[in-house]
Amino acid sequence: MNNPGFDMATGFEKSPVYSLRRRKRERRNRIFRIVCLGSTMLGVFFLLTVMVAVLFRVIFPANDTRETMVSASQRLQQLADFFGRLLNNGPGIDPTEVGYKVGLAGTLWLLFFVVLLAVPVAVGAAVFLEEYCNDGKIRSIIQTNISNLAGVPSIVYGLLGLAIFQRGFGYSRLALGPCLLAGALTLSLLILPVILIATQEALRAIPKSMRYAALALGATRWQLIRDHLLPAAMPGILTGSILGISRAIGETAPLLMVGAAASLLKPPRGPFSRYTALPVEIYFNAKEPDPAYSTVAAGGILILLALLLCLNFSAITIRNRHRAKHSPKQARPANNI
Amino acid sequence: MSLTDLTQILRTDSLSVSYFDQLALHNINISIPQNCITALIGPSGCGKSTLLRCFNRMNDLVPGVRVSGQIFLNETDVLDPRIDVVQLRRRVGMVFQKPNPFPKSIFQNVAWGARINGYQGDMAELVERCLRQAALWDEVKDKLSRPGDQLSGGQQQRLCIARTLAVEPEIILMDEPCSALDPIATGAVEELMEQLKTNYTIVIVTHNMQQAKRVSDLTACLMHDTQSFPGRRVGVIAEFSTTDKLFTNPSDPRTEAYITGRIG
Repeated sequence: MNNPGFDMATGFEKSPVYSLRRRKRERRNRIFRIVCLGSTMLGVFFLLTVMVAVLFRVIFPANDTRETMVSASQRLQQLADFFGRLLNNGPGIDPTEVGYKVGLAGTLWLLFFVVLLAVPVAVGAAVFLEEYCNDGKIRSIIQTNISNLAGVPSIVYGLLGLAIFQRGFGYSRLALGPCLLAGALTLSLLILPVILIATQEALRAIPKSMRYAALALGATRWQLIRDHLLPAAMPGILTGSILGISRAIGETAPLLMVGAAASLLKPPRGPFSRYTALPVEIYFNAKEPDPAYSTVAAGGILILLALLLCLNFSAITIRNRHRAKHSPKQARPANNI
Repeated sequence: MSLTDLTQILRTDSLSVSYFDQLALHNINISIPQNCITALIGPSGCGKSTLLRCFNRMNDLVPGVRVSGQIFLNETDVLDPRIDVVQLRRRVGMVFQKPNPFPKSIFQNVAWGARINGYQGDMAELVERCLRQAALWDEVKDKLSRPGDQLSGGQQQRLCIARTLAVEPEIILMDEPCSALDPIATGAVEELMEQLKTNYTIVIVTHNMQQAKRVSDLTACLMHDTQSFPGRRVGVIAEFSTTDKLFTNPSDPRTEAYITGRIG
């Protein structure tokens, strides 16, 4: 038997069988860690750059002459007035007077209908695919299509919405015209695959044993789904809904296709009103040559982000509360988002 | 005790099961008597659990399963595609290898099955009775609203038994109910089975031959039939008799080899 020797790197005896190469492995580990950290930092850097640029634009408006010194409290007051004006005023011709009241109302209306339309349909479809559909072939065909839909550019959904909802395939009786409902339906289609896939993942993460337990007691599929699977999948469904809604809230292109107005004097009053949305108004403001408008656009972006943050926060709160109460210990999805 | 004196509640008639094209069980003929504990023993992969899952058609949930032959519960043909599987599974309950309580309260774990089956009586009374029958009441009576999946493994398994009792099945199928439990919890479950025997018929799959010897009245030993199906793993019933006879005087050489630990 040969002397195993002594490994200076680790302080342990050298193994005659295993070539440990601890230093080399440790070095690779460090390199990979730095690469991952770098990727994260790169992402954070660009996000921060965008945020800082927008904030800068709002805090130092383009027409602000730096010479006019104002105190910090005065500046804060000005900012508060600025956002108050953006939230309370509708469109107009004076860039120091216009606001996003109509667009914001339109976005909230859209979100309401999108949640109402997309979530039940997506959850229903996911439940069908995961729990009812026994035919593997049909399932894989549908699955492939859904995965593809998730990657379709949003402008394509806009065209689809234009043809189906706004024009009704050319039949005037089916046509909704350029109304809020047409926009909501289009956005619903857009986020349907997102919620659907998230719900499927959540259902798949539930252990088979829970299904067996319920069915062995003489439960029907529906009783199993209603009382056990949907509650256990709820965090995943909410995560998917947050993702979907976050996407819907910022979409401009498909709404332009289905008749969102560039500028509208009154907020929508029902699903068949004309409408516009916050990102649409931001888009048109940003296109204006007058630099005062770009401040207004930046302010709009901040309002959009704040709205997004509020929605995400409340959804995550609901999800965590729900998860603490219902989810089985072993079936928790990763705590992302 | 003789096999013929007892009322037979469950009977299979040339039952065969295959997964996709792989034959798993061949020509199973077994009669399970009422108010007895029948143990299914045999080496891994010989189809004990498959046979058990045929009795309440849980095999329907496994993709690629084909079952031929007949199973009679009293006079009902269990495999008839027209029978109501939901109703069958209420009458033939099942306890699984790994305790699988619902992530709900202890009370809800027991009450849920009864409620979905339209139980009309007093739910609190039913829950207490079932938990008492499952020898769990004294341990959990003060914490019925606590989550069932936070109990210890043995308590969880007894909760699963209580849950099964709440739908008042005629037969309880147990698929290695003690394999995830320590000896003390195993003892509790075995004692419980002995008590349940007066009202229920129990079929238990076990890898533990001592357990089969301790608790069961009848034992079926399943083996791979390597003579008729060389090179394949097809389960058949090597021997089915009273537990006493099977363990003291087995008539099949394969059974003898298995129970004495020479194969399997």
